[in-house]
Amino acid sequence: MIGVIAFYLFSFVLLLSAFFVITSRNPVYSVLFLILAFFNAAGLFVLLGAEFIAMILVIVYVGAVAVLFLFVVMMLDVNFSDLRKGAMQYVPFGLLMGGGLLAELVLLYRAWPVPHVPEPVDVTLSVDNTSALGAVLYTDYVFPFQVSGLILLVAMIGAIVLTLRVRSSVLRQKVGDQVARKSGDVMKIEKVLKGAGVDHA
Amino acid sequence: MLEISLFHYLTLAAILFTMGVFGIFLNRKNVIVILMSIELMLLAVNINFVAFSSFLHDLGGQVFTMFILTVAAAEAAIGLAILVSFFRNKGSIAVEDISSLKG
Repeated sequence: MIGVIAFYLFSFVLLLSAFFVITSRNPVYSVLFLILAFFNAAGLFVLLGAEFIAMILVIVYVGAVAVLFLFVVMMLDVNFSDLRKGAMQYVPFGLLMGGGLLAELVLLYRAWPVPHVPEPVDVTLSVDNTSALGAVLYTDYVFPFQVSGLILLVAMIGAIVLTLRVRSSVLRQKVGDQVARKSGDVMKIEKVLKGAGVDHA
Repeated sequence: MLEISLFHYLTLAAILFTMGVFGIFLNRKNVIVILMSIELMLLAVNINFVAFSSFLHDLGGQVFTMFILTVAAAEAAIGLAILVSFFRNKGSIAVEDISSLKG
């Protein structure tokens, strides 16, 4: 019974915050409601028995992605109210598309025969969720796991390359040049002959 | 009604996905909110995956949720990096202005 109440509570707050994400005038509020939506989705995952995914969702989405959004929203000096002008003219078309999509999905779920559920694999019941996930992730899914690591590497390099800005007008300390400097490059000892002076060339 | 079935979770995910699609139409000038709508749609897909994984007793769904999470994080990072560098060059993030590559 408490699970049913929790499901409806989490679902209601999730959908409400998703609604505010797309309708807020200020994108900062959108990001904050997105964080609320992710917390509620994590609660639903806990109800489903996927504790590890729930914690990963909170750590990755709330801890990294949402904060990244927040930084970018606050860093860009954009008048966001200008961006909403003329948005209402697309609402009927959007409602049509969204309503059609929702009707299709619900019809599909109604018509879809629930497959015969196989007997529960004992690994999901005897060990906790994290151990069970680790057992399959590093054996059956090790190649996709490595590929996802590669995707993260590419994304990291790409984000750095895209946002790196080399400004030639700024004077800055070049540690490498300083360390590589030899005394012979900048200084020389000459024997000064009487009456001849030093050749400055 | 008093028992939460797979259908409940699928309906919830369908509504959430539809909200993400509708968000793209509603905020079609603001790239940041479009990216957030895409995150909502990916969250709906994740709910579908985890619900199937839980009700069909198969851990594959949860493993794929982690891969989707990875791709979503990479996509958000790259998208926001493109946005920041575009804003530096143009001083605007309106979608209409992002057609200068069209020639």
